[in-house]
Amino acid sequence: MSGQKPKAATELESIVGSVGLVDPKIVHFDKPFIVSCGRELPSLDIVYETYGELNEQKSNTVLICHALSGDHHAAGYHSAADKKPGWWDNYIGPGKAIDTDQFYVVSLNNIGGCGGSTGPSSINPATGEPWGPDFPTVRVRDWVESQKWLADYLGIKQWAAVVGGSLGGMQAMRWALEYPDRVHHCVVIASALKLSAQNIAFNKTSRTAITSDPNFHDGRYYLKDTVPKQGLAVARMIGHITYLSDDVLGKKFGRELRSGTFDRGVESQLEFQIESYLHHQGEVFSEKFDANTYILMTRALDYFDLAREYGNDPVQAFSRAKCKFLVVSFTSDWRFSPKRSREIVNALIAAQKSVSYAEIDAPQGHDAFLLPVERYNDVFSAFMATVVQHCQPVISQDLTENISGSHRDAS
Amino acid sequence: MRLDLLAVDQWIDDNSRVLDLGCGDGVLLDHLRKVKKTNGLGIEIDVDNITACIAKGVDVVEQNIDNGLANFSNDSFDTVLLTQTLQAVHRPDFVLREMLRVGKESIITFPNFGHWQARLHLLMRGRMPVSKLMPYNWYDTPNIHFCTVADFESLCAAEGIQILHRTFEIDIHTGKKHASLLGKLFPNLFATHAIYHVTS
Repeated sequence: MSGQKPKAATELESIVGSVGLVDPKIVHFDKPFIVSCGRELPSLDIVYETYGELNEQKSNTVLICHALSGDHHAAGYHSAADKKPGWWDNYIGPGKAIDTDQFYVVSLNNIGGCGGSTGPSSINPATGEPWGPDFPTVRVRDWVESQKWLADYLGIKQWAAVVGGSLGGMQAMRWALEYPDRVHHCVVIASALKLSAQNIAFNKTSRTAITSDPNFHDGRYYLKDTVPKQGLAVARMIGHITYLSDDVLGKKFGRELRSGTFDRGVESQLEFQIESYLHHQGEVFSEKFDANTYILMTRALDYFDLAREYGNDPVQAFSRAKCKFLVVSFTSDWRFSPKRSREIVNALIAAQKSVSYAEIDAPQGHDAFLLPVERYNDVFSAFMATVVQHCQPVISQDLTENISGSHRDAS
Repeated sequence: MRLDLLAVDQWIDDNSRVLDLGCGDGVLLDHLRKVKKTNGLGIEIDVDNITACIAKGVDVVEQNIDNGLANFSNDSFDTVLLTQTLQAVHRPDFVLREMLRVGKESIITFPNFGHWQARLHLLMRGRMPVSKLMPYNWYDTPNIHFCTVADFESLCAAEGIQILHRTFEIDIHTGKKHASLLGKLFPNLFATHAIYHVTS
């Protein structure tokens, strides 16, 4: 946060569990990408980062799917001046849950994003102007498809694990259904089979905040050399409130004042700490994020329904999957509550799929999936350690039998 | 491994689907997977046990069995296991009914409160038995529904539960071999642990 000082490059390398300095890469696909809405993008740029070493069999691969406001920068630092590491640095790095001493981790910016991959701020070759609101409506399945393009480009035939929280979890599940032979393990954290009406309502309110900003100009603000900062900031504030729990807000801010006084006889400008915090969050976010991307991503969230094309039956949907699942939820998460995760788990059980589920007692709300939480880390690490075992080079049948034989003796 | 867990093997078919309620650290499901190639799932509420299962690669779902198994459909498992947990649930009758709804067969193991030492303890000292077998005080024990072999069989009769097999152990922890003649003849008095294989 603001109190942290920038770190020197040597210091970065020595931070325990940090992947250190990382450089984003970009791949350009010079062929049309057919979006699920039927329209087409003439070409595709995908920005991504990788952490760890790819093994010879290309079997130690983990795909990170980002959530609403995430991007390709999941771990490490871009420069020594960075105050904060990538968004999931708590769980990606040497010795961490997604252990970069074991795994080759791929994290990308989804299309429609604003981290450098083809999105609303990219130039539409047909007009020579930014796509803006004309960018095709993108769904979760389009992200999975473009992630598959990236996998093919990197020569990765099967992901040892596809991992995601929230909107990222939806992508991980979609992977398991669309390309069952290419996913060995699927980790779904604080996610849902589909959003509830309340969830869609929050997203709609956020979008309305953006579109009613006079600087929005129907999404063509790039040409006006302006940005709907206010609207985007309000959207972020709404989101932020719903990602935290009442408890955590109370503990962190309570009714503390940042400025002013309630003393009688004094009329002063009052500001609660929570006001100042939200204002700051909104401000920071509106400077780095694109408003059209925010609209596009929240719509993709709203439209997602894992089972829609499977007779609205999640059991039928999951019957296609071949991977092992880990599902995790957090008790204080009311935006993607444990109930939503249990729906995923129950469908997987009914479909007779391999699934483990942990409901983590954590006060941080939906944001817990990004934060260091001991039990969450234990469960996540334990599961990923079993994924490591599956990444080992394939050993001969005879040897496998010998190994299981010795287990039998031991037990 | 505990003797009662080893005894479970004989009633589990190869490649069958097994649900273990209160599966602990997953040792039984891990064992069954190796020797019977079962497709197993554990239910557990203890956080450390859940992590231990996951570390073994044993599927486990965090769920309180006292709340029932409503998320499991009828006959969706070949065998439902409840080892050393019956005495810790709020409503043993409810849990038994749920087990036999979800599973075609069930295996239940429990400590026998009718064992002569427990009877003697209560008779002589007038206090609730505390022993190596039942190491808790009455006020802090997780075991809230102790029963005897005779109690269990009477519940089975009342619920229309059919007993397929039963076996008794003298000591599941120290590994003293299988039930003595006395244990076989008078299990309610001499068995420390009972293992029942039942169906509805």
